[in-house]
Amino acid sequence: MNKKATGFYETFDRKDGSRTTTYCAGCGHGIVHKLIAEAIADMGLQDRTVFVSPVGCAAFCYYYFDTGNVAAPHGRASAVATGISRALPDKVVIAYQGDGDLGAIGFNNAFQAANRGEGFACFFINNSLYAMTGGQMAPTTMAGQKTTTTPYGRDVTRDGYPLKVCEVFAQLDAPTYIERVSVADTKRIMQARKAIRKAIEVQRDGKGFAFVEVLSPCPTNWRMDSVRSAEHCIEVMEKSFPLGCYRDRTAEAVPRAPRAASTTLAELIGSGSGAEPTVDPSFPTVGMKFSGFGGQGVLSLGLVVAEAAGRAGRFVSWFPSYGPEQRGGAASCSVVMGGQEIGSPAVDAPDVLVAMNQPSLERFAPTVRPGGTVLYDPSIPVEFEPPAGVRMLPFPAMEVAKSNGVPKAVNTAFLGALSAHGLLPIGDEQLLAALADSFASKPQLVEKNIKVFEAARRAVEAGRDGNANNPFSQ
Amino acid sequence: MRKFVKGNEAVVIGALSAGCDVYFGYPITPASEIAHAAAEYFPVLGKEFLQAECETGAINMIYGAASTGRLAMTASSGPGISLMQEGLSYLAGAQLPAVIVNIMRTGPGLGNIGPEQADYNQAVKGGGHGNYRSIVVAPASVQEMCDLTMRAFELAFRYRNPAIVLADAVLGQMMESLRIPEGVAARPDTSSWAVHGDAATRRNLITSIYLDPDRHEKHNQMLQDKYEDMQKDAVAESYRTEDADIVLTGYGSSARIARSAVDALRKEGIKAGLFRPITLSPFPIRELNATAAGRKVLVVEMSNGQYRNDVLLYLDRGADTTVELVNRMGGNLVRVDEVLAAARRMMEVRA
Repeated sequence: MNKKATGFYETFDRKDGSRTTTYCAGCGHGIVHKLIAEAIADMGLQDRTVFVSPVGCAAFCYYYFDTGNVAAPHGRASAVATGISRALPDKVVIAYQGDGDLGAIGFNNAFQAANRGEGFACFFINNSLYAMTGGQMAPTTMAGQKTTTTPYGRDVTRDGYPLKVCEVFAQLDAPTYIERVSVADTKRIMQARKAIRKAIEVQRDGKGFAFVEVLSPCPTNWRMDSVRSAEHCIEVMEKSFPLGCYRDRTAEAVPRAPRAASTTLAELIGSGSGAEPTVDPSFPTVGMKFSGFGGQGVLSLGLVVAEAAGRAGRFVSWFPSYGPEQRGGAASCSVVMGGQEIGSPAVDAPDVLVAMNQPSLERFAPTVRPGGTVLYDPSIPVEFEPPAGVRMLPFPAMEVAKSNGVPKAVNTAFLGALSAHGLLPIGDEQLLAALADSFASKPQLVEKNIKVFEAARRAVEAGRDGNANNPFSQ
Repeated sequence: MRKFVKGNEAVVIGALSAGCDVYFGYPITPASEIAHAAAEYFPVLGKEFLQAECETGAINMIYGAASTGRLAMTASSGPGISLMQEGLSYLAGAQLPAVIVNIMRTGPGLGNIGPEQADYNQAVKGGGHGNYRSIVVAPASVQEMCDLTMRAFELAFRYRNPAIVLADAVLGQMMESLRIPEGVAARPDTSSWAVHGDAATRRNLITSIYLDPDRHEKHNQMLQDKYEDMQKDAVAESYRTEDADIVLTGYGSSARIARSAVDALRKEGIKAGLFRPITLSPFPIRELNATAAGRKVLVVEMSNGQYRNDVLLYLDRGADTTVELVNRMGGNLVRVDEVLAAARRMMEVRA
């Protein structure tokens, strides 16, 4: 080196205070390090740069680079660099990775980062094997190449072909810059220098993902001297890994728009509706279960009841069946309300069961507590012996909903029936407010549902008065 | 102000109230609503949300963001959390603060999406490689899903350590009234260790590599001292335990079931109480012994005795304490009547 390298620490104190690196004679890492460090220093970016070291021979990049430093797990430098650049979008982030690290274990992280056009420069050192770990096959190992895990040579029919990362990344839309270079001779090093500087300029200007693959000799694991290694790099490796620029959109790339706050947390969460719950030990804990098919509004019926109880100052919990069950199969939810903190949110033995289809009636009716009530649509045949001490209350919710012009509002009809039967220790004011709230995104349905609710109430009251002639009249 | 929300949404409200800057995650039932709410809230608040390519990617993005001193979080469930264990070990080794939320589903393997508490050992004992511990908080209500997420950030930054919010599917999916925290917590000063990409922090290094065994042993010892120091932040709740003959104990939604059982047992004339750890790591050892030692103890959990084993571990050896277990697995909640039957058996009361 004619002139003193810049961008490195004065002395490598994290190593041993010397000025020598950990690298073997003839290794390409030292050259690539020098090119990167010099570029960072020349552009005045040392105070703006975070450098991500990999695992492997270059694990100790942070011995040398005088920048902010983070050491990543094996294979994860691209994911770590993504995290850093997302957290510090205006900084220069550099990931340095080897071919086992990036090409094998961490390939998806690097590939997906490239596909998102993450804001970092990735320097990918290809020496065709795992060097630090002991000369094993890497995805970039060439056909026929002997390594410690391909002692008879890489058999492409079993071990696959050398992975051409630049060519793969060049299929993606997002990367700004992709080039493959070599550090095997002076001419090539000059081209590598240009590519590395360009990748760092892309970062300086916030223009997205830049990727430079460097073909790099490994005399130790190749079992060659430095001269022979350099020749091998040129004569053999370049056949599998042609040098050149695979993508250059540096001129037209535009910086990603920064995230900007357009609202506040308070505005986002919106105005709460719940009242402060009041401790009232005299108020009994009531467990309710709502059940039926997914899509019948079972969960939202439970939710309206729970919201209303909250508005009424009760302690309340709502617990649904969830996941695939919601999509087509059975749906149910449990609501517990009380005058003190709710214990179990699950209702094993409901005080009130609303069953909106036959399977749920048959499944849950036997679990209802003695003295409890089952509310169900009379269109469901009761083909079992109702449990002793349980009141079976048929209510024609489907018909009420239909005759009031909202056939889907079966759940609202049940809500009206629950209220009219005195099964909800909640005032109508809270119920209707919660009902209206549940249609906040479809205001045109509020009035229709209130109509169904009131018709259902009247139907129950008419039935109670013995006036069942036209219980669904409006 | 109060709002009726799902536990999973409360986690995000808690995170934002703590000042969380970035969310990286991968969807999984029953934790997905956390990602949904984060995707909705973070960008419009000028914060970063990114759906990662996998959980391994997510936890390493967390590692990167945490390195910068930003408040970073992710959430997942069993299988996804398993994929994050290497990253957790690195976070602990590099002393990085981050919050990881686990809405536990069943295992082993794919299991199902029902609730279980079988990731207790994984969370509390480490889960990844090496001599490390995560901070673990165990919410038992929607309110605590929010409040303990905030607390997790606070402890994570105080101790520079990953903190896990260990909840189960019941807590993630259920809705309760949430008292929304007022304001946003002050940003912790991280300039002494984090890498901000500026002149002041240029000298800082985030790493977990110590090649020299003596130096690495020292690092390990320092971590153990830190974990010991965390003990002062152990928290538990006791309910009706003053005169209790039998103490039920459980965390998370099992504690809710045990609480219902305590009230029912009291009505039967059995003096029952509840001991509920709120932090599982550090474990409230002193509080456990003050409440339960020398009494009959019934452990309620949705796993194979993992929590019971810690109760046994931490109870004073000298105390004459009987410990029994009532548990369910596979996505079944423990039923209140099962707890009652077990408690009556212990109290030798015939139903």
